[in-house]
Amino acid sequence: MLTVRFFSLIREALDCEQLEVAHHSELRTVDDLKRSLANTGGEQWREALYQPNVVHALNQRVVNTDHVLQNGDEVAFFPPMTGG
Amino acid sequence: MSVLIQGAPFIVEQQQAILLAETSGAGLVTFTGYLRDFSEQGAVEALELEHYPGMTERVLEELGDTSANRFGLRGWRIVHRYGRIAAQDPIVWVGVLADHRNEAFAGCQFIMDTLKTKAPFWKREFMSDGRVVWVQSKAEDTEREKSWQECAYE
Repeated sequence: MLTVRFFSLIREALDCEQLEVAHHSELRTVDDLKRSLANTGGEQWREALYQPNVVHALNQRVVNTDHVLQNGDEVAFFPPMTGG
Repeated sequence: MSVLIQGAPFIVEQQQAILLAETSGAGLVTFTGYLRDFSEQGAVEALELEHYPGMTERVLEELGDTSANRFGLRGWRIVHRYGRIAAQDPIVWVGVLADHRNEAFAGCQFIMDTLKTKAPFWKREFMSDGRVVWVQSKAEDTEREKSWQECAYE
């Protein structure tokens, strides 16, 4: 399984904080997962996940979307950070 | 060398005392960030800070260690709040100790400039006129963070 988490305005747009997705051979990278979520979720999900400047984290580290997924990974999608 | 993430307000003097109890140094530089009661959007009543538990602590710990190695700090402490914060309440506190002032100033500024764009926090402003607005990241903050990266590769 993969744990997928959403924060800030992406969480708000999707009305979803977290979901579990079965890991399979077609979900090789973060980009594959993102495409799969958009295809399954429809236009609202596509808009939220493909808006400019979305940040992708794998196991709580920021990564590029070509990063390879392993079973048990935690993937997060969020907008640019505004700390301080 | 410590990070504190908490919802409750903090007292600046207590945080400084904790840092000074951990280690000593000839130069202490601290920064306290308070919530402004105005923004580009108008008058601000309160702020809600969302964060990514676990990732937040790790990013800030790595940031403090990076600053310590790069500037030769003797000690550092980063305090950041989450949840609802009232206007003019403290949000963030950074304290660093070094043998000399230049290292202390640079170490503290490096932490603050990097924290703005690398620590997983997101702000939502509650405006006095009733609007609720997500704060957008600022190009200026990204530029400041990048300027430290360029220095690292010199």
